[in-house]
Amino acid sequence: MLPPTLVFIVRRLIHAIPVVLIVAVGVFCILEAAPGDAVDSYLASIGGGDLALAEQLRRQWGLDDSVWVRFLAYMQSVVTLDLGRSVTVGVPVTEAILTRLPTTILLMGSAIAMSAVLGGLLGGVAAMHRGRRLDTFLTTSGLLLNAIPGFWLGLILIVVFVVWLGWFPSAGLSTVNGPSDPVGHALDVAWHLVLPVCTLGLTYMALYLRLMRGAMTETRDSPWVRAARARGLPSGRIIRRHIARPALLPVATMLGLQIGTMLGGSVVIETVFAIPGLGSLAYLAVSNRDLPLIAGVVLAGSVVVIVANIVVDLSYGRLDPRVTDERLRSGVG
Amino acid sequence: MRSSRSRPRSVLTGLAALALAVTAAMPTGVLAQDASPKTGGTLIVAADGTAFPPNLNPAIATSNGVTYISSKVIEYLANAGADGLVPRLATGWEGSEDGLSFTVHLRDGVTFSDGVPFTSADVKFSAEEAWKPLQNFGRIVLANLETVETPDPLTAVFKFSKPTPPSLVANALPILAAVLPAHIYQGTDFATALQDSPLNQQPVGTGPFVFSEVKPGELIRLTKNPNYWGDGQPYLDEVVFQALPDAAARAAALESGAVQATVFAGVPRIDLTRLDALDGISATTTGYELLSYQVALDFNHRRPELADVAVRKAIRQALDPQFIVDNIFLGQGASVATGPIPAAATDFYTDDVTRYTFDTAAAGAALDAAGYPLGADGTRFTLRLRVAPFFPETIATGDYVKQALEEVGIGVEIVPADSSAAYIESVFTDRDFDIAINSPSYRPDPAISTTILYVGGLEPGIPFSNQGGYDNAVLNQVIADGLTTIDTAARQELYNEFQRIVADELPSISLVDFVFTPAHSDRVQNIGNNPRWPVTSWADVWLADQ
Repeated sequence: MLPPTLVFIVRRLIHAIPVVLIVAVGVFCILEAAPGDAVDSYLASIGGGDLALAEQLRRQWGLDDSVWVRFLAYMQSVVTLDLGRSVTVGVPVTEAILTRLPTTILLMGSAIAMSAVLGGLLGGVAAMHRGRRLDTFLTTSGLLLNAIPGFWLGLILIVVFVVWLGWFPSAGLSTVNGPSDPVGHALDVAWHLVLPVCTLGLTYMALYLRLMRGAMTETRDSPWVRAARARGLPSGRIIRRHIARPALLPVATMLGLQIGTMLGGSVVIETVFAIPGLGSLAYLAVSNRDLPLIAGVVLAGSVVVIVANIVVDLSYGRLDPRVTDERLRSGVG
Repeated sequence: MRSSRSRPRSVLTGLAALALAVTAAMPTGVLAQDASPKTGGTLIVAADGTAFPPNLNPAIATSNGVTYISSKVIEYLANAGADGLVPRLATGWEGSEDGLSFTVHLRDGVTFSDGVPFTSADVKFSAEEAWKPLQNFGRIVLANLETVETPDPLTAVFKFSKPTPPSLVANALPILAAVLPAHIYQGTDFATALQDSPLNQQPVGTGPFVFSEVKPGELIRLTKNPNYWGDGQPYLDEVVFQALPDAAARAAALESGAVQATVFAGVPRIDLTRLDALDGISATTTGYELLSYQVALDFNHRRPELADVAVRKAIRQALDPQFIVDNIFLGQGASVATGPIPAAATDFYTDDVTRYTFDTAAAGAALDAAGYPLGADGTRFTLRLRVAPFFPETIATGDYVKQALEEVGIGVEIVPADSSAAYIESVFTDRDFDIAINSPSYRPDPAISTTILYVGGLEPGIPFSNQGGYDNAVLNQVIADGLTTIDTAARQELYNEFQRIVADELPSISLVDFVFTPAHSDRVQNIGNNPRWPVTSWADVWLADQ
């Protein structure tokens, strides 16, 4: 018999298929409703053209077929994962996605880690100082950061840390003609990612701060904490084991939910910081009406979100002993 | 002490002012101003836009977004100079009296980047296989080209079936005649595969640089062509175009020294004065004189109100182009337009045309007289306005036009476009607009891309053409004659007549002529030394020491 964790993963993947298909259909409908197609966009980029050229291109790119023929061709390409070439970037869609996916995962992973760790810690501190000045300060700053639009925060960070202080590079993923050795390059990339990660991480930090604070406030007053206190356990251990750990569950749930949102937020951040990731590719694809590329981005994004959520679900078991393999299998987890 | 309290309008302006103060206080190195060019170095240029056009072959694709990159790799037969054309791959040219042939003398000793000599066979191939069949301008200028004869390796003779004005062909050389190596392109699928062909993604030519790396949406790297024909040129080792989609981030990259130059609408207009005041950074229109754009208001003459010339004139009177110049362009590189040809195009421009003054009261009276009185709701009629999303200035002009027309009782409903594709299909294919803000670019001869915005009887689906339904037999004839009249003075007179008719009839309203004001580091030498600088080869550009 298969291990229950594997069964769980397979089941979740199967459940994800209709979701991806519905998203794919939605993308087609929205793009169909928007005026302009890839040929209009191409002609604008090359400075115009006449009717014969436009007709030739529409024929070549399969855009002169009826909407149903195009829909079926599109769905076929989605189902078979054979997305063809992108007219916007001039390379196969798979190649365009695969070169950019790692960048986005790196950016989002770092940002999520930052917002969750920092938000969780500060939320914990706020909860333990509930009602006092530090609590007010932390929750207010968190909310303020959450309310600031990401692109604006990004520009302010650029003004302060790039233009004034000169600590970080303004844009891009690496220095033009920068170090080519692996270590030097990795450090160079990390140096470039500091500001975009901080921008993205700080904007989303408030959520975790509020969640952690709320959950810890609740667990703080719970009977098992009182019992632990009565048993005379050291307070550090009580905070870690009896207050913080059970409070992590909603934070973990939020992590899974946030990945999709952050993928959206990275469109803006990748534009401000000129990071060649999935977000900027999505923007490129939509503004150029490049259907195969959009489909590719949507599929890749869905996979990232689904995988992340499976990981989150699996982590429940480690965070909360009550969530057993049995519960995972029945899908309750 | 000041009588009024000064308070920054927003945190951002406050920060900007602080940034200015801090930067001004910092000592900066004195720039080396030695006259002799320094060899070596990488020039990093902030490329605007989110993507590089996938088809970068200037023999096929002619937009400035293509040619500012590819002009470093593929050269033209001639360039534009401050006082007329300047030889490049051609050393001279002349047309026959009957307009049926145009002879080009080619430069000796030029090779392509692979070392193969450049000859008349390459000009013949480019003209017959690329410019005439594939290029939007070539299809117009070379419409009657029959063949290109090559009596010897350094002479190419264009033969036309119908008279073609030599001045038109010559004027078109700097934008049309990008020469491809026949021995590389012949027999390939570059003409059909378009942006999928590697030869169009990274084209090959005689230019001072060659393509060495293209990362879509990230950077394009050009490296020195060791076989370049120019003596000791190019001076730079590399030119890198780094994609920086956000204009404010481009300004920051320039300030921090990460890039040395921006081009076209490189930095936010509001930042230009501040950047120009910084040590080591300049903002200027120099080098963009003949890369003129216009903000124009197009009419759909299928709307009965707009088919009435009295209404169009009233709308012109209701608009104040000087307001757009002062408040949207902040007075930088812009002036009130008198017609479709900008004043900078001295060979064709005339100011002897009907002028209009901004007069809201007169506009209202004219609309009353035309039979469109104010309704009970204070509105005469309502127009749907489509705005080209190409530049921040076109979008802002849309907002201005709405306010100005509502002032005289014409309701305006702005229909936003999220991308060029949306605007182009709605306006030029579906003709689904009442009025539209367009931003045509002027090329060195009105016949190339200007008269197509006024000629009647075009089919739908041609981007940047007259799709508003205006069709005037007299104007059509003048436009047709301009394409076949040989005598240069007679041609100029025809285009003067063209400007007069357009000013009288207002098939569309030319509001503002403008050129871009980019900013660059003062380290970049020989910047802006010709009137179409960003789309020329940069063989003589060099970087001074920091």
